[in-house]
Amino acid sequence: MQQENAFTTALNLILSGDAVLGEIVVLSLAVTLTALLVSAIIGLPLGAALALARFPGRSFLVVTFNALMGLPPVVAGLAVYLMLSRSGPLGWLGILFSPSAMIVAQTLLITPIIVSLTRQVVEDLWGEYEEQLRSLGSSRLQAIPTLLWDGRFSLITAILAGFGRASAEVGAILIVGGNIAGYTRTMTTAIALETSRGDLALALGLGIILLGITLSLNAAAYVTGRLAQKAAG
Amino acid sequence: MHGSFSILPLRADGLTYVIRGRALVDNVSFVVARGTRTIIMGPNGAGKSLTLRLCHGLLQPSSGSVTWNGAAQVNGRKRHAMVFQRPVMLRRSALANVVHALSLTRFSSADRQARASEALARFGLAELARRPARILSGGEQQRLAMARAWALDPEVLFLDEPTSALDPAATRAVEEMIEAFHADGMTIVMTTHDLGQARRLADQVLFLHHGRLLEQTPAEEFFERPRSEAARAFIKGELLW
Amino acid sequence: MSFMRSVLVAGAIALSSLPGLASAQDFITVASTTSTEQSGLFGHILPIFKEKTGIEVRVIAQGTGQALETGRRGDADVVFVHAKAAEEEFVKEGFGVERKEVMYNDFVIVGPGEDPAGIKGGNDAVAALKKISEAGATFTSRGDDSGTHKAELALWKQAGVKPSGDWYRELGTGMGPTLNTSAQMPAYTLTDRATWLSFENKGPLEIVVEGDPKLFNQYGVILVNPAKHPHVKAEQGQAFIDWLVSPEGQKAIADYKINGQQLFFPNASAS
Repeated sequence: MQQENAFTTALNLILSGDAVLGEIVVLSLAVTLTALLVSAIIGLPLGAALALARFPGRSFLVVTFNALMGLPPVVAGLAVYLMLSRSGPLGWLGILFSPSAMIVAQTLLITPIIVSLTRQVVEDLWGEYEEQLRSLGSSRLQAIPTLLWDGRFSLITAILAGFGRASAEVGAILIVGGNIAGYTRTMTTAIALETSRGDLALALGLGIILLGITLSLNAAAYVTGRLAQKAAG
Repeated sequence: MHGSFSILPLRADGLTYVIRGRALVDNVSFVVARGTRTIIMGPNGAGKSLTLRLCHGLLQPSSGSVTWNGAAQVNGRKRHAMVFQRPVMLRRSALANVVHALSLTRFSSADRQARASEALARFGLAELARRPARILSGGEQQRLAMARAWALDPEVLFLDEPTSALDPAATRAVEEMIEAFHADGMTIVMTTHDLGQARRLADQVLFLHHGRLLEQTPAEEFFERPRSEAARAFIKGELLW
Repeated sequence: MSFMRSVLVAGAIALSSLPGLASAQDFITVASTTSTEQSGLFGHILPIFKEKTGIEVRVIAQGTGQALETGRRGDADVVFVHAKAAEEEFVKEGFGVERKEVMYNDFVIVGPGEDPAGIKGGNDAVAALKKISEAGATFTSRGDDSGTHKAELALWKQAGVKPSGDWYRELGTGMGPTLNTSAQMPAYTLTDRATWLSFENKGPLEIVVEGDPKLFNQYGVILVNPAKHPHVKAEQGQAFIDWLVSPEGQKAIADYKINGQQLFFPNASAS
């Protein structure tokens, strides 16, 4: 009963071209993709550096990043909240309860995923490439961009894992974004809101739409990746 | 080439490489003179590949030294290159692989493209230039690896069993490239377990067994009158490891 | 964790400069309660206010306790909640400028239609709670320090019952989730009428006790003190407060209805 309603609701929402829904979808994607971009810019080189560098405390860092992959979103949200609050160290930025704050929180959540998965991919590649690259005179530092580029197809999976976590996440962005209608309401916080209002059909309908978007993006990434991989060998 | 200044002769002095208490290369000393072709032979596990890697600087000796014209070679602008048994190609085009290697050397970015194209053209690989290197055949990849090494303009080229994974036609192509390199004045140091190949290419033979250098002998003499019992057995195909 | 810190700083700086995301529009942030937001009241009155003043009101719906904390930290310009004692405390501590009463709605006790405690149709909330505890009928509490939670605890106190045991479930969550849970158990619970009327998953629940003056639920609005938090948009915040208690704002509140039922009753004093 409820489920049937959900599908009809989802369909109606899409077909009616609901403007509010459109805004929510655009905001959700903007926040998640921006966080993903920032995480990739930070996480890819950092993960590669962690794979190649040898320094005391490296194992500790590796384990820490692995553990942070399981950082509870609520904890990440709370940490960012305390940072960005007017009473916190970054309060002067004045970005709490804004999309920027949500991006910061999601970046915090997904950077460890990208760092850890990148480290693994690059470490494996380095095992294969080390002699050849060192023979060519490449330092470990010089090897970082080479290995990232050669690992690009495996790294797509790391990026997608980050995207998955960010787009599914509600705990952190609810705390730092405030779920403000028309400003910081995303797919997931809207689902949480409709659930608490008892409108389970609408909540599930939004869930179906979110799933559809996630599925489309993953499919696009997969197909693009496969085609490029075929071309590049 | 390299007329004014040479890193040769290459001298190994008491070269030793120990892992977990076992000396895999044990007190090996030899000299490689300019313009020669040295083939390192020996049964499996003799320490041939390790010796090459020690000379090339990929491994640090436990004791002993490698000196180039009297100087300890430091990393950086190396004047020697290496071709491996299984070449590692990057996920990019054949040409880009050569350009990448050049980008790690003294070649200016303006010269790289031209130099890389020249290397491919010289060894008949020009039509493969735009193809992804990883989907080339094993023989094509090894020839590409050779062209890449040539492009670096090394004075010495180390080759570690470069044809052991190749079919006869590809093996022949690689041997021809080695001859061409040598004709250019390049010094060759190579391992192989292929006796025929060694006969075709060697000026001198280093014979290793259980990490020890048993002979450093001119090629003709080695194949006609090997000094050691082990070398005699090896040439007869009776000493496998 | 200096790395995290630098990630945060880098991210925050990069992102605060993103166009369209952190716009410097004319807006204020109001920390309020789930009942006002989820009942749809803000959806009704805020467009009217924006039409008149051009000020966008961004509402963060939290429990009263959390909303006051948000104000204390300086993360909102105005708090709009319903827990008189806590609000007065907030002003006394200097975090708020002045508390103004805006409107009230009332709480109701809802419970399963089968009514295991036998309290249906009553209008004495205290007596009803006593009966629930005596019958050991399941009762769910918000347990989240919200205005509703505080009101519920005050009623138990008057009933002389210290609620504990298997039958008393503290959920630690908002009104909506509490109603969702209560409908499934099923259980009695205390809810504000506004949330109840707009709630769509009632299941076997119905109103069992209503109309007790003790269930009166007063909403107050407070400007966060700019003396404590200089960035507070005092002018626009005050404009919102003034509008809420003005005849026009009061009418907008009274006009909001669900299924013909008025949810909030404006009672701003002329003071």
